Amino acid sequence: MKTITRKKSFEDVNKMLEGFNKIYIFGCGTCATMCGTGGNPEVSEMKKKLQNIGKVITDSLVIPTACDDLTKDMVKQHLKEIKESDAILVMACAFGVQTIASLITKPVFPALDTLFIGREEGIGYFAEICMQCGECVLDKTAGICPVTRCAKSLLNGPCGGSVNGKCEVDPNIDCAWQLIYDRLKDLGQLKRLEEIIAIKDWSKSRDGGPRSINREDLGL
Amino acid sequence: MKSESKLERILEKGIFAVTSECGPPKGANYEVIHKKGEFLKGYVDAVNVTDCQTSIVRMSSIASCAILVQMGIEAIMQMVTRDRKRIAIQSDIFGAYALGIKNILCLTGDHQKFGNHPTSKGVFDLDSIQLIQTVKLLRDEGRVLGGDKIDGIPKMFIGAAENPFADPFEFRAIRLAKKVAAGANFIQTQCIYDLTKFERWMEMVRQMGLHEKVFILAGVTPLKSFGMAKYMKNQVSGIDIPDDVMKRMKDAPKDKKAEEGINICVESIQRIRDIEGVHGIHLMAIEWEETVPTIIERAGLLPRPEI
Repeated sequence: MKTITRKKSFEDVNKMLEGFNKIYIFGCGTCATMCGTGGNPEVSEMKKKLQNIGKVITDSLVIPTACDDLTKDMVKQHLKEIKESDAILVMACAFGVQTIASLITKPVFPALDTLFIGREEGIGYFAEICMQCGECVLDKTAGICPVTRCAKSLLNGPCGGSVNGKCEVDPNIDCAWQLIYDRLKDLGQLKRLEEIIAIKDWSKSRDGGPRSINREDLGL
Repeated sequence: MKSESKLERILEKGIFAVTSECGPPKGANYEVIHKKGEFLKGYVDAVNVTDCQTSIVRMSSIASCAILVQMGIEAIMQMVTRDRKRIAIQSDIFGAYALGIKNILCLTGDHQKFGNHPTSKGVFDLDSIQLIQTVKLLRDEGRVLGGDKIDGIPKMFIGAAENPFADPFEFRAIRLAKKVAAGANFIQTQCIYDLTKFERWMEMVRQMGLHEKVFILAGVTPLKSFGMAKYMKNQVSGIDIPDDVMKRMKDAPKDKKAEEGINICVESIQRIRDIEGVHGIHLMAIEWEETVPTIIERAGLLPRPEI
């Protein structure tokens, strides 16, 4: 499981950096490296591209895991070059961008779009499995998530657009409800489908503002 | 009676019902609804108005239905969950009822990708089955989803759609049962061209006893041209047109294609009337409303009852 990212177009990056000459580039050694979006090769490529259009690269650094606490120390160690820069370009997920932005009082820009939490199902093929809705329904749906995998997040699917096991939105996408149906059939539990799944509590998802929990039982 | 709907009264009397459909304009043109309403008035028992069908922005179903009601036409408001969350849904149902709309068809809606705003956010706070439950809760318990009592009950006749031809086929009747359990009073089906498959579906429906719990209106759509037949077969998800129907449309002379489409439609209606458990037809003459009177007359469904 990792945070899946995609490179923004160089044109978009260029636009963000308009008016800034000296640029410091951060990459990330974890998810962005595995996605091929913010590891050493991508950071070097970005460096060259920016130099080609006349930018000065003060330095670059691929942090082991941009979102964790050690990032603070890494930033401290490179403070001299960072201070000399006009702007910081971060080739990490939005976690990394926000972590770095909280540590540096310089303009910080994202070079990537953060897409989803997913897994690599084949080389270079990343798929979304869970969207962290906060109220798991997998007990009712044979372990296959309709909230994430159905284009309409139907809890009582499938809709009329399910054809030959594929979704109406894209013939390359499996219909989640076909998968659920097939699995329940194999398990001899088709009866489960007769139950109407209740209206969802979206306040447990991102609709309640940024989520946090305080596990006091884990404290000292 | 569960509602104040004329359609409910007709179906309860055991009369073979006829509903039709009216697509609103892609703008604020009142005349479009008025003209289509004039074509249909007196020939059908109630008229559906689509709710931004195929995710293309059109005049709202509520407003269009209200215009039909002003013309003395019984309206069936289609409502999709794609564009509204539960707050707007319940609010719009109150408003619709206050404007004289007595029927609602509860749908999830086509995905926004297919329309003219593919980058919009799909809402899908509820699905169609949960929408049925919501209308039933408002009507039968006088409460909103949040639990508060409401001031003025929307006594609506609750409808749902079902596509007998979508996959998985064996699950379609189970899903219909869920809609009935949720509170659907009538069902309008997707357009039927493959009557043999529809008969198989109805057999499953009868085995489950659903035809005694819900009124089923079979959907039919006349084909205007061979091009339309090809489009419906290949581009519209969940519609299948058998080869013999395609052949009839292909072989008909150029100036007789529309006539052949009407012939096929009338024959289908006649065959559908003989299927046990079907309580009426839903005639969707897409952007061809003027043909409805001819089809209804030729199918022997006139005059419509005055109830």
